[in-house]
Amino acid sequence: MSPDPITPPPSEAETVLDVTGLAKSFGSTAVLTSVDLTLRAGRVVCLIGPSGSGKTTVLRSLNGLERPDGGVVRAPGAGLDIDFSGPVDDATRNRLRDLSAMVFQQHNLFPHLTVMQNVIEGPMRVQRRPREEVIAEARSLLERVGLDARRDAYPSELSGGQQQRVGIVRALALRPRLLLFDEPTSALDPELVGDVLSVMKDLADEGWTMAVVTHELAFARDVADEVLFLDDGVVLERGAPERIFTAPREERTRRFLERLMRPF
Amino acid sequence: MDVELILSSLWPLIQGAVTGTIPLALVSFVLGLAVALLAALARLSPRWWLSGIARFYISVIRGTPLIVQLYVVFFGLPSVGVTIPSWPSAIIVLSLNVGGYAAEIIRAAILSIPRGQWEAAYTIGMPRWLALRRIILPQAARVSVPPLSNTFISLVKDTALTSLILVTEMFRKAQQIAAFSNEFLLLYIEAAVLYWVICLVLSAGQGTLERRLERHVA
Repeated sequence: MSPDPITPPPSEAETVLDVTGLAKSFGSTAVLTSVDLTLRAGRVVCLIGPSGSGKTTVLRSLNGLERPDGGVVRAPGAGLDIDFSGPVDDATRNRLRDLSAMVFQQHNLFPHLTVMQNVIEGPMRVQRRPREEVIAEARSLLERVGLDARRDAYPSELSGGQQQRVGIVRALALRPRLLLFDEPTSALDPELVGDVLSVMKDLADEGWTMAVVTHELAFARDVADEVLFLDDGVVLERGAPERIFTAPREERTRRFLERLMRPF
Repeated sequence: MDVELILSSLWPLIQGAVTGTIPLALVSFVLGLAVALLAALARLSPRWWLSGIARFYISVIRGTPLIVQLYVVFFGLPSVGVTIPSWPSAIIVLSLNVGGYAAEIIRAAILSIPRGQWEAAYTIGMPRWLALRRIILPQAARVSVPPLSNTFISLVKDTALTSLILVTEMFRKAQQIAAFSNEFLLLYIEAAVLYWVICLVLSAGQGTLERRLERHVA
């Protein structure tokens, strides 16, 4: 897919992750045929598309939750250059995973741990950072999403929107280079969506590098630097959000957007 | 009804429970749980030979009567030169027996934890073993408390079978007093009531434990 001539690609920013030809099949079903994607420092990429188009699989591949069958993932800052068409050892896959942190659709908080324990588990048990430092950082992150007072609560005692904000803090606490959001608001009651989106917008404004799978077109339009429309495992169209949303070139993009904006 | 016999036999029977039945059940249960955890993890292993061994063990335990297992170890093994006294025999057999049943309970509990919990653990950088230890097993433990409590209550009653390999637990005491006094019905009913009381106490404990663990489970 050629870059959009109307909006110049934001090439001045450092490349965090560069993906070319990402492919993945489950059995005989090809979920991703060939996906190219570049994530640059401080930029937000939104992946949109119908369900089953492969957008979630892209994120999961970047976080090592799926093993792609093909494609090259480069992370210049981390000295990673992984060719998934060959064997990839665990150590390499873990280094790729360490670059990013994931926020799930169903928050996937650990129900047997408190909010604070959920947040510090990774930094303490995995990254082995000092306890005081981790807790202080966790508290300030929780403070920022308005949940420091609930740090001793269990996830089941929180609302859906609060749970998802804890999910975001858990990801931030890992100090990743890159944040991956997999439909973070799709499982929420409509009145709780705004809380989560506004936290995400703040993160984007602060300069976090983000890849977001979402159906929230208003969010994508407002926050994304680039929008990718995926259909049937390929990026059918990509470009600046204003261009994609106002003048989609592909018929299928146009139909998809129409359906989302006027569902009935 | 011979009230005096009831009263005079009560103390030896309670002694049998406190020095026989209860410690036998507790020790076998703890050892059995350790065996069960190993067997459950082996059964879930992607290595075919490891899961095959676990599958075979569970199948043999669940497919043969406990009394036969006790006889094989206590009366059978001496003929090949392996003589194990009553108590160790009882503990070995009961532990392995509980292990077989509890392994399936633990395996099912591990499998009942949603895949997203594994994924979230991987996402925060945990390797498989750490994810299992810190995230999956604590949740699986909660799930398996009710069925494991039932296993424990069954085990308490099953200890009576060890009287047949000469372990002096409560039921063997009852048999001895009955034979001595010729009051079979009385002594066996007395033993039955005592088993029942122990199980009532355990059931109440189970209820309390479950209510405490119900909190904060997804």
